[in-house]
Amino acid sequence: MTDNRFFNRSELIGILMLAVLLVVVLPLTLDVFRLNLVAKYLTYAFVALGLVICWGYGGILSLGQGVFFGLGGYCMAMFLKLEASSVENTKIQSTPGIPDFMDWNQITALPFFWKPFNSLTFTIAAIILVPGIFALIIGTAMFKRRVGGTYFAIITQAVAAILTILIVGQQGYTGGINGMTDLRTLKGWDIRPDHAKIVLYFFEVGCLFVCIMIAQFVRHSKLGRILVAMREKEDRVRFSGYSVANFKIFAFCIAAVFAAIGGAMFALNVGFMSPSFVGIVPSIEMVIYTAVGGRLSILGAIYGTLLVNFAKTGLSESFPELWLFGLGGLFIAVVLAFPNGLAGIWGDYVQPRIDRLISSRKSKPDGGWTDSSVADGAPAE
Amino acid sequence: MLIGHQPKDFRLAVSGLTVSFDGFKAVNDLSFYVDENEIRVIIGPNGAGKTTVLDLICGKTKATSGSIQFRSQELTRMKENEIVKAGVGRKFQNPSIYDDLTVFENLEISYPRGRSVFGALTFTRDAAVRDRVHEVAEMIFLKDRLNVNADLLSHGQKQWLEIGMLLIQDPDLLMLDEPVAGMSVSERAKTAELLNRIIKNRSVLVIEHDMKFVEDIAHKVTVLHQGQILSEGTMEKVKNDPKVIEVYLGH
Repeated sequence: MTDNRFFNRSELIGILMLAVLLVVVLPLTLDVFRLNLVAKYLTYAFVALGLVICWGYGGILSLGQGVFFGLGGYCMAMFLKLEASSVENTKIQSTPGIPDFMDWNQITALPFFWKPFNSLTFTIAAIILVPGIFALIIGTAMFKRRVGGTYFAIITQAVAAILTILIVGQQGYTGGINGMTDLRTLKGWDIRPDHAKIVLYFFEVGCLFVCIMIAQFVRHSKLGRILVAMREKEDRVRFSGYSVANFKIFAFCIAAVFAAIGGAMFALNVGFMSPSFVGIVPSIEMVIYTAVGGRLSILGAIYGTLLVNFAKTGLSESFPELWLFGLGGLFIAVVLAFPNGLAGIWGDYVQPRIDRLISSRKSKPDGGWTDSSVADGAPAE
Repeated sequence: MLIGHQPKDFRLAVSGLTVSFDGFKAVNDLSFYVDENEIRVIIGPNGAGKTTVLDLICGKTKATSGSIQFRSQELTRMKENEIVKAGVGRKFQNPSIYDDLTVFENLEISYPRGRSVFGALTFTRDAAVRDRVHEVAEMIFLKDRLNVNADLLSHGQKQWLEIGMLLIQDPDLLMLDEPVAGMSVSERAKTAELLNRIIKNRSVLVIEHDMKFVEDIAHKVTVLHQGQILSEGTMEKVKNDPKVIEVYLGH
């Protein structure tokens, strides 16, 4: 084992390959529209990355990651919406200077919890802290009472449903079912034109790699091994002197924060945020991305997200009714046949062949050396 | 005990311990005391409450009433991880190890440092950790298998690994639930040798059915029956106790 705290050699190669794909290959081969689609898919990759730590390593299945994706996304969208709702832009409203949907709902002043979102610094802090603290509260309430497994998964679903209902119901404060649309500028910089989309894409890829590094660090620390240990023998970990609940809370919080960053990137790249990314169905879809990519593989989860989403776009364009069945079938097939997803297939079938190929190449020049060492050994006998 | 006589400072003092599951008293008003550096073996028929006693001491099960004093700390009020920190280590009946991790990693996780979330994130595998892991691995006969995944070990080796995971914690009280169950004769002999070696400066509480093994290691034996003590003393005394022969050894 190497002493590097982030990755070993083959992981480094994998990360570099992903970097080449995302930074060089895709921007060069795709038009701006398709690149923006990739940017949208990658926002889910943040969620999948968090699920690798939380579900793959920690064994905590959360079916409510959409909640955190939504919280992050709404924080970002609130900032952008306020900027788009300047007095000048909204002078036709009966109360100028507040978001349009508030005006439609007869709200005449900006609610108190919207006011801090005039500050970008506050918004960035909120994107991390609001979901982080929310996850901390849910995690503490559940894990300290030893609620786990299916029960925890069901509760996260309930939270997703509750938040969706809350957002839809409080139309005047949240934009309701339509969400927050018509987001325009970030600190005066227009986020809608093509060149802005490209800049935002690269910014997102940068953030994704920061999150990959954090995930790698966690995985390679002793904490990563404790998560694996906990997944297998929770009691053994507990009776080795660890507070199992605290480790679960940590894994859940880090997954929540990753999901929230993804949500914020979604608001920036796609230009709106709505409750359709918060509820039960999107939350389960995000779990499927992780399962297809491989829940134990950080890179696998990212490829899984990209592939499933490409398939979704392709298939739902041609057969919109079939897509959901296809997705469900894919999930069942992966769970039954390839429990470790694409990464498992890669590790079991492709990697060994590559290794064999490399080692057979290497053994040829090594042959001379082996011969001489045998010759050296001969006189000693 | 004489009045005015200073009570002896036991390592572990269990007194009046009772636990009831829906009215069924699995352990009923149990009292016993374990000295420093003593190997105490608990024997008894199935359902006598042996494992429940260990569960109560390590905090897995909460007592209905009674007290468990360990070096004058009251364990019944502490959380599991605090009890471990106080110096109690517990081995489970089925080898409870982490199959997906290597032997080294299994031992490393049990090393008593970096047990908080932040501590685990910043934990580094330094020379002290490595030396200690190697030292314990040698003791438990797994020195050559450090980089092997634990699921590839034999049943006996898994039992040793779990004992090793406890040793690395350096507990003052070591509790072993059937450490030689399912072991071959030679493995059993090695385990007895291991236990006799690691006993120094700690007390050991063992549950075991194998009478030959009990004779090899026990300083004192406690016989449990229906959650209560039937007999207590040296192996010789217990073996010849007619009550014990009737309910347990006679079969």
